[in-house]
Amino acid sequence: MTLADLTQHAGEWLRGAGPMHDVVISSRVRLARNLAGTPFLSRCPREQQAELEQKMRQEILSAELAKGIFYVDVAAAGDLDRELLVERHLVSRQHAEASHPRGVAVSGDETISIMVNEEDHLRMQVLRSGLQLPEAVADANRIDDAMERCFDFAFHSRYGYLTACPTNVGTGLRLSVMLHLPGLKLAGEMDKAFRAAGDMRLAIRGLYGEGTEASGDFFQISNQTTLGRSENQYAEEFSERLIPAFIEYERRARKHLMDEQNALLEDKVSRAVATLRSAKMISSEETMSLLSVMRLGTNLGLTDDMDLSAINELFLLTQPAHLQKIHRRDMTPQERAQCRADMIRRRLDAG
Amino acid sequence: MNFKCDKCGQPATIHLTEIVGGNKNEKHLCEDCAAEDGITVKSNVPISQLLEDFVLQTTSAPQQEQPAGPELTCEVCGTTFSEFQDTGLLGCPNDYDTFAEALEPLLEKAQDGHVQHVGKVPHNIGRSQKRQTEILRLRTELKSAVTAEDYERAAELRDQIKEMEQS
Repeated sequence: MTLADLTQHAGEWLRGAGPMHDVVISSRVRLARNLAGTPFLSRCPREQQAELEQKMRQEILSAELAKGIFYVDVAAAGDLDRELLVERHLVSRQHAEASHPRGVAVSGDETISIMVNEEDHLRMQVLRSGLQLPEAVADANRIDDAMERCFDFAFHSRYGYLTACPTNVGTGLRLSVMLHLPGLKLAGEMDKAFRAAGDMRLAIRGLYGEGTEASGDFFQISNQTTLGRSENQYAEEFSERLIPAFIEYERRARKHLMDEQNALLEDKVSRAVATLRSAKMISSEETMSLLSVMRLGTNLGLTDDMDLSAINELFLLTQPAHLQKIHRRDMTPQERAQCRADMIRRRLDAG
Repeated sequence: MNFKCDKCGQPATIHLTEIVGGNKNEKHLCEDCAAEDGITVKSNVPISQLLEDFVLQTTSAPQQEQPAGPELTCEVCGTTFSEFQDTGLLGCPNDYDTFAEALEPLLEKAQDGHVQHVGKVPHNIGRSQKRQTEILRLRTELKSAVTAEDYERAAELRDQIKEMEQS
């Protein structure tokens, strides 16, 4: 399996319809680990970074962690391939843009990705559709156990797993839940959501764009602390208390819109679908915001022009690197706008 | 005691005490009315801010607490505390012990008062801890051997480290 094979579809985690999928797009769990007796990455001479990369690549590929697992040498990959990995959430932007020896191992279904030589030596990530944190934590734990049979990880009896940045120390665990919050955004209540997240000691950020003005209405919520609670405690608190609060806010906002501003909402949804159906050129930003409205309309039963997984998939396939990989050539923004509009029209016609 | 907002009667979550000219004046507001009055409550401090504050705190008044002298430096990787303050990144696992005294207040702030790990522990913890310490010790020796230009010893140590890492 190679990167090029991925471009026709979205990963399982994005296509699927996991629990709470009307609001929750995906759950992600990341564990940060460093090798014992070895400097953290930024302190390793380049030669040692290359050695580490080779060693970890070998062990990961021979550990039989998942079906169809393959490795991308990120340092040797072209710009477009690196961008593709970022668009698919398989590597961080920081990892894509660095210049030292590094890579990523990806499972065939893309639910697992293991970044080698990111800020920490290993960053193991599990992605699931909808709200499935305990399941994702269990899978991450399984991978960690397998890696632990190959390596000794830097561990401290007081501070836990040691990480390059002390904000990850302890469990090395980062939980991130991607939410679709168009209701709160339309109701002008994102400020409140941001305040609530702050009160709960959570980090919230727009997935595209900045702060409350994120485009596409997608927001990511993550834990800010990694020390002092167990992995399962973090996961349970997230999935039983914290995230359900946001789901509830969003559902209430949607219901309010349906009850009080039905005509306005229907108009918005119809116009979004009509534009997507007829546009001959469309930018990435406009696509995001119209697909977001269409996704809301689909969840509320206001349109059935496309099912949810097809809409989710379009969010991904219409991004710049994907379009260029699918068409196997570099394109100007204008060419991309045309190809993007074509793709959306074709998919809508296919229903 | 539950206060109601002075303006709209909703439950108040923001309580202000102003003292003007010796007179105490209490205000109770809900979040929305407070926002209208231009009062915002900074309920959440992001970690990057904490780090920044911490760095400022420790760099702006170092003379009072630390007598002038050689800077705190990790003997394994050579990272100094001020390098950590600049980048936010530590250099090696040993830094956590070298800088423990200065780091712990930061951890406590960033980690909501916690400094003790209670999560997963590696299965091979005994072996791992021992080997970890041993490798770190060998690396320290290697560094001094290189500094002393004792290349024979350095080569020996390098082999030993490689062997331990691969076992």
